[in-house]
Amino acid sequence: MIRTPLRPLARILEARSKGENPDAIERENIRIRHEQMRDRARQRAEGRLLILGIFFLVGFMAVGVRMGTLATSDPAEPRAQAPGARITAQRADIVDRRGRILATNMDTHALYAQPPQMIEPERAARELVKIFPDLEAEDLIEDFTGKRKFLWIKKKISPEQKQAVHDIGEPGLLFGPREMRLYPNGRIASHILGGASFGREGVHSAEVIGVAGVEKAQDDDLRDPSRTGPLQLSIDLTVQAAAEQVLYGGMKLMNAKGASVVLMDVHTGEIVAMASLPDFDPNDRPVPLTTGDQGDSPLFNRAVQGVYELGSVFKIFTAAQAIELGLVNENTVINTSTPLKISGFTISEFQNKNYGDLSVADVIVKSSNRGTGRLALMIGGERQRAFLDSLGLLEPTPLEMVEAPTGTPLLPKRWSDLSTTTISYGHGLSSSPVHLAAAYATIVNGGTRVRPTLMKRDTPQNGPRVISERTSAAARKMLRDVVGSDHGTASFGEVAGYHVGGKTGTADKPKTRGGGYYEDKVIATFASVFPAHDPKYVLILTLDEPVETSGPKPRRTAGWTAVPVAGEMITRIAPLLGLRPEIEPGQQAGVVLTAN
Amino acid sequence: MTEMVYGARPVTDGEPILPKWWRTIDKWSISCILILFGIGLLLGLAASPPLAARNGFDAFHYVQRQSAFGLMALSAMAIVSMMSPVAVRRLAVLGFLGAFAALALLPIFGTDFGKGAVRWYSLGFASVQPSEFLKPAFIVVSAWMLAASQDINGPPGRALSFAMTVVIVSFLALQPDFGQAALVLFGWGVMYFVAGAPMLLLIGMAGAVVAVGMFAYNNSEHFARRIDGFLSAEVDPTTQLGYATNAIREGGLFGVGVGEGQVKWSLPDAHTDFIIAVAAEEYGLVLVLIIIALYATVVIRSLLRLMRERDPFIRLAGCGLAAMFGVQAMINMGVAVRLLPAKGMTLPFVSYGGSSLIAGGIAVGMLLAFTRTRPQGEIGDILRGRVR
Repeated sequence: MIRTPLRPLARILEARSKGENPDAIERENIRIRHEQMRDRARQRAEGRLLILGIFFLVGFMAVGVRMGTLATSDPAEPRAQAPGARITAQRADIVDRRGRILATNMDTHALYAQPPQMIEPERAARELVKIFPDLEAEDLIEDFTGKRKFLWIKKKISPEQKQAVHDIGEPGLLFGPREMRLYPNGRIASHILGGASFGREGVHSAEVIGVAGVEKAQDDDLRDPSRTGPLQLSIDLTVQAAAEQVLYGGMKLMNAKGASVVLMDVHTGEIVAMASLPDFDPNDRPVPLTTGDQGDSPLFNRAVQGVYELGSVFKIFTAAQAIELGLVNENTVINTSTPLKISGFTISEFQNKNYGDLSVADVIVKSSNRGTGRLALMIGGERQRAFLDSLGLLEPTPLEMVEAPTGTPLLPKRWSDLSTTTISYGHGLSSSPVHLAAAYATIVNGGTRVRPTLMKRDTPQNGPRVISERTSAAARKMLRDVVGSDHGTASFGEVAGYHVGGKTGTADKPKTRGGGYYEDKVIATFASVFPAHDPKYVLILTLDEPVETSGPKPRRTAGWTAVPVAGEMITRIAPLLGLRPEIEPGQQAGVVLTAN
Repeated sequence: MTEMVYGARPVTDGEPILPKWWRTIDKWSISCILILFGIGLLLGLAASPPLAARNGFDAFHYVQRQSAFGLMALSAMAIVSMMSPVAVRRLAVLGFLGAFAALALLPIFGTDFGKGAVRWYSLGFASVQPSEFLKPAFIVVSAWMLAASQDINGPPGRALSFAMTVVIVSFLALQPDFGQAALVLFGWGVMYFVAGAPMLLLIGMAGAVVAVGMFAYNNSEHFARRIDGFLSAEVDPTTQLGYATNAIREGGLFGVGVGEGQVKWSLPDAHTDFIIAVAAEEYGLVLVLIIIALYATVVIRSLLRLMRERDPFIRLAGCGLAAMFGVQAMINMGVAVRLLPAKGMTLPFVSYGGSSLIAGGIAVGMLLAFTRTRPQGEIGDILRGRVR
């Protein structure tokens, strides 16, 4: 047994010696010591209680401050969180120039799962795979039985699919209301519209955002809640559909790997139809190519993004400028027989022909490289460059599509005499078909600058004057002769009653690797205008690597490939555009008036 | 001589009970408690109709029950607060024995109401959660032991109370009810801290809590899911937390208006664990700040009054009760604003729940009894020159 010492020992011993009970002394001692201990303990506890009080004060203040910051921040999903809040049409429709729907919205549902609420995850997964064959049962079971608390299964489902999922009877499978973008015309005008997908997604709503084309370029405008009415494009759905159909047939017939067409109003700059093949369905956009040339992707818009050396279609610009500057008139004779050598390069004609002396008009009709080269040297590089710039050929088009800025023309690094010569017949400068359409519209509409647009407008642009009315008329005459005269390069483009004018261009494709050009790959272009005496529309049709094989030798020139396709297209679309054919009065049947 | 002649005067224990109670009680704290109870009823009017609708009762069925329980709780609080500290201690020891027995027998007679944890006794008309009653009784008993251990030749109360804590915590963790377990541990820790625990030991104990938490995280799916939910930066908008956060944001400064709130329809625990979200949505930040201020007033005033207390038992028991009361409120609100991981814990006096209300009434009654003004040997202080 441990003995506790008796305290205070001196007094206890003294008490013992007197025969008194020492317990009372000890108790008294313990009481005093307790008092002292309690005093000390209280002092220590005072400090610690203060610490505790501060801890609680800080804790409550932290909760209060946090509450304050939360309460003053914005709710993550404004009123959509409330059950039953209707999701209204948030994105404006897109319609064509006559008000026909090109893009609209449709109510649909997204399917998501909350595995913790699931009763029979395996059965639900198996039933889902029956409804959506593209899902994998193993993956779903893994997701449903794993740690995930929330997963999207399908972004958009049809009403039938929704009912089928509902019939599974699984409480962990839930639907979120969605609004999806619908393109009721499928592939028609696919490149122009682009497409849309979901942006930020919540359970109760999702943003629809444009991903390409007009949808992306006009995204802010389309999503502006204060906007009223649809976005009206300059496209004419009927013409667009007809143009795409003819273009597809022509592309197949001419064994081309791609094709594009641009139909533009020469006065307003409105693009009435524009297509690029191969195309896609904007309701189900394909994924971008991961290998190879993006130019071969169906998503690639040849009419806007594709910059090509378009060839002889440029010759009219050289001729028009030379006439405008007063250097020549359309009847001035140019010598095209002598060899033209610049910086060591010899400029030759197609198939090394020799046309001899040609008038300026015939230089265009025969498409003489040497003839335009001489005209260009008379003009000079400086003035040529300024002229092409005033036609809008040296900068990206202002088209209302997100792809437009990527269609930047490729210019020579140094605008030498050689460049001047080659550019005069369309080599050494790459531009897109839309550029060409705008430049042609400027040349033939009387000479005022036209900028391409996809938005409907009612009045002519009346831009700054580039060439005079007289020069414009001369250019129209020359273009008409290319098609109308028997020896022109585009005689297949003649459409009875519509007075088609135009210029062909057959450009060798530059090799993708290394310098030089392919021998047997061309870009065939036909830039046409109709009716030539009072132009209304410009039609640019381009075929990529066409080859016409009906003759003994494969023929690749535009006159044999692009021109017949364009002729067929004009035959189809001109009546749709409301143009009346001008029928030359035929021979009146001889009526004999008889009288008694 | 006078007594020899006229007989001894009957001994009276100072002044009558009620006037003495009113003179010595902490009137600020009791006012705060009464206001909190009133706010609880007000929020019950808003938060419980959806639950009543789900269970097929009248719209205000739960408000009526809450009022009945509230009257019982307030009576209990008043009666307990009139007792002397010694009487409170005796009552608490008896209550502790009863509640501990009830807790220990839960696995045999208890029910889980389909919530995955056996915490309740079903009595037909009401259910009782023994751990709610155990908490205040445990605090008082532990305080008694800790105080006794400081006496010369006293019992080894510190070790005893620690053993008791461990046993209770393990019982609660087995239910599983980690929230109550943590509260019990925290209450004991606070008392031990005030009783003069060495700092080194406190740091070690904090480490032990972390270790236990890790163990629980790895072995309890229920617990792990809640921690995961807290740690993930993104709030899933369909979880309770997501709804609560959104409700607070919807409410803003002045709320969306009485009865206009939406969160009560989506949250299953809107009337208990997430009642603060209902308050924030319908009445705005203003009411929330008032509630926080009321809790802070009760806790901090009690602690300040206890600083003057000489009796170690009263000091320890009082601060243990105040800390438990405050920390429970703090955790409940901290969860709703995502300062703390999700933990089912009621807001004392405001949340719906019979057991928690009556137990809370008893606990606050004890706290009020301990914080009553008592002579603290001020004369001695004055004589020693330590005048306040």
